[in-house]
Amino acid sequence: MRIVVLVKPVPDATGQERLRPDGRLDRSAAPPVLNGNDEYTLEAALRLVDAHGGDVTLVAMAPAEARDALRKGLAMGAARAVLVTDDALAGSCALSTMQVLAAVLRTIECDLVLAGADSADGGGGVVGAGIAALLDLPLVSGAAAIDAADQGAIRVRRIIGIGEETVEVTLPAFVVGTQLLGEPRYPTLKGIMGARAKEIAVRKLAEIGLADAAVGGGSATTVVVAQRPPAARAAARVVREAPDAAAREIVEFLVERRAVR
Amino acid sequence: MSGAAWVVAELGDDGLPTRLTLEAATAARALAAAAGTASAAVVAASDPDFAASALAGYVRRVLVIRLPAEAGGSTVAAAGAIAAVAVAEDPAVILVGATPDGREAAGILAARLGRGVLGNATGLSWSAGEDGVPAGPRVEMSVLGGRALTTSAFADGRGIVTLRPGVVTATPGDAAGVIVVVAVPVPPAAGVRVVDRADAATRAASIEEARIVVAGGRGLGGAEGVALLEELAAALGGAVAATRAAVDAGWLPFAVQVGQTGRTIRPALYLALGVSGAIQHRVGMQDAETIVAINRDPDAPLAEHADLYVVGDLFEVVPALLAALRARGA
Repeated sequence: MRIVVLVKPVPDATGQERLRPDGRLDRSAAPPVLNGNDEYTLEAALRLVDAHGGDVTLVAMAPAEARDALRKGLAMGAARAVLVTDDALAGSCALSTMQVLAAVLRTIECDLVLAGADSADGGGGVVGAGIAALLDLPLVSGAAAIDAADQGAIRVRRIIGIGEETVEVTLPAFVVGTQLLGEPRYPTLKGIMGARAKEIAVRKLAEIGLADAAVGGGSATTVVVAQRPPAARAAARVVREAPDAAAREIVEFLVERRAVR
Repeated sequence: MSGAAWVVAELGDDGLPTRLTLEAATAARALAAAAGTASAAVVAASDPDFAASALAGYVRRVLVIRLPAEAGGSTVAAAGAIAAVAVAEDPAVILVGATPDGREAAGILAARLGRGVLGNATGLSWSAGEDGVPAGPRVEMSVLGGRALTTSAFADGRGIVTLRPGVVTATPGDAAGVIVVVAVPVPPAAGVRVVDRADAATRAASIEEARIVVAGGRGLGGAEGVALLEELAAALGGAVAATRAAVDAGWLPFAVQVGQTGRTIRPALYLALGVSGAIQHRVGMQDAETIVAINRDPDAPLAEHADLYVVGDLFEVVPALLAALRARGA
């Protein structure tokens, strides 16, 4: 099975992340790392190819310095990476991101595309479903387990509301995963060494059939008008009493806040 | 703003719109009133009638799309049908609840309509363009794990917004809206066939709807902690929620995970047991009105975000709390 895993380099959540005055992410403040959720879908992809053959291609849209973040995915076991990077992409909106990733996916032959449920920085959780719609691929979200099924199909166990269902999906298809897919593997030393020789193909917009003006910051559908720090929450009242006294204080507090009558 | 303000309805197991849907309907009506346009709700379901009647109390028009029974539960099928109607009706703004299904629908609508999308709104207003950006909705969002609040707009004043719970209070309108059945072809969700479906064993109260949420984290330690958590939730009439650590440990189902990848909630009271408050969890609960935490670690990150922080062993404090609640007949 030829699998593409969409990965997003996001700022490392060290507490240093910040926005620039224009509302865009300040990429110099925090180095990019692989979005945590995307490592779970990558793990699922690697298990599928471990069991059934094939290979995994990482696809990302990010500035050129995101190469280092992609190396981790290659060290985990992906065969290659494709990085769409172009100065015109700075300030891209969610729609533009969908269009760019859909365009690069059209240039890659694959049976299955995997994406994480959301990203640690933007967190909108809309891009995966949008790409599937643009490509007219069958879409399954909330995936908790993915197995190969007969004749060009996969079987996906997915979370729906408070229950779950199992669906059979004809390939090619688009699956949005959750952390229930399983703990991502750590790169081995051999994997890390091997990743250095693997290809990260860099693509400009023109190379995936898009004009600079059609996508990216210049044609963004959304703009940041203003930004401000959040209002600070008043410091907590700290209770260090013994359990019975602490319990009485909690009840008093809940009554004060009208949480209990 | 020319074109209506829409809300896409999400229905609960009872076939009625979720509270978040009614909140979004209220927000759509307010936007429409400010912009001098009409409000509408769109319900796409196999059994949409009860929901349509309920929504008629909130917006001027309810567009009803009856999905074939086999597509009734499919967000993909519903969003595809809604997109077809939206192409014809051309609403200016489409509001969707920021739930897993709502986000999926918003992504599909954005792609099919070629519209911008702003996610996880924590505030929503209308601007005539005094800020130098075209007239349209202004959407407040909490980004970078709550470290910054941004206000964003659509470059052409038109787009799709996913709305977090509790941003507006659901309030019915003055006049009953008109229910319109829309005939639109609904192609089956090609390539996807359901082979098995299982409802969760327990009918968990929806944590997005709950006024009180009691959440457990790594500190629960296992089944004994989960039993205490459930007992406290029951005593307070609240819903049970979990951190990712508690879900990964297999103690609580993914459906009640709060935070990144899980649910975002804004209850009146959020009571945390053994929750350290990692940033990935806080993004899902930090807007709760009141936050109470019980944790052994006095320096856990949640201490900086709580209103009342109890330093103690939850296995001692919670039984005492249950006894104190019983004593006052709560």
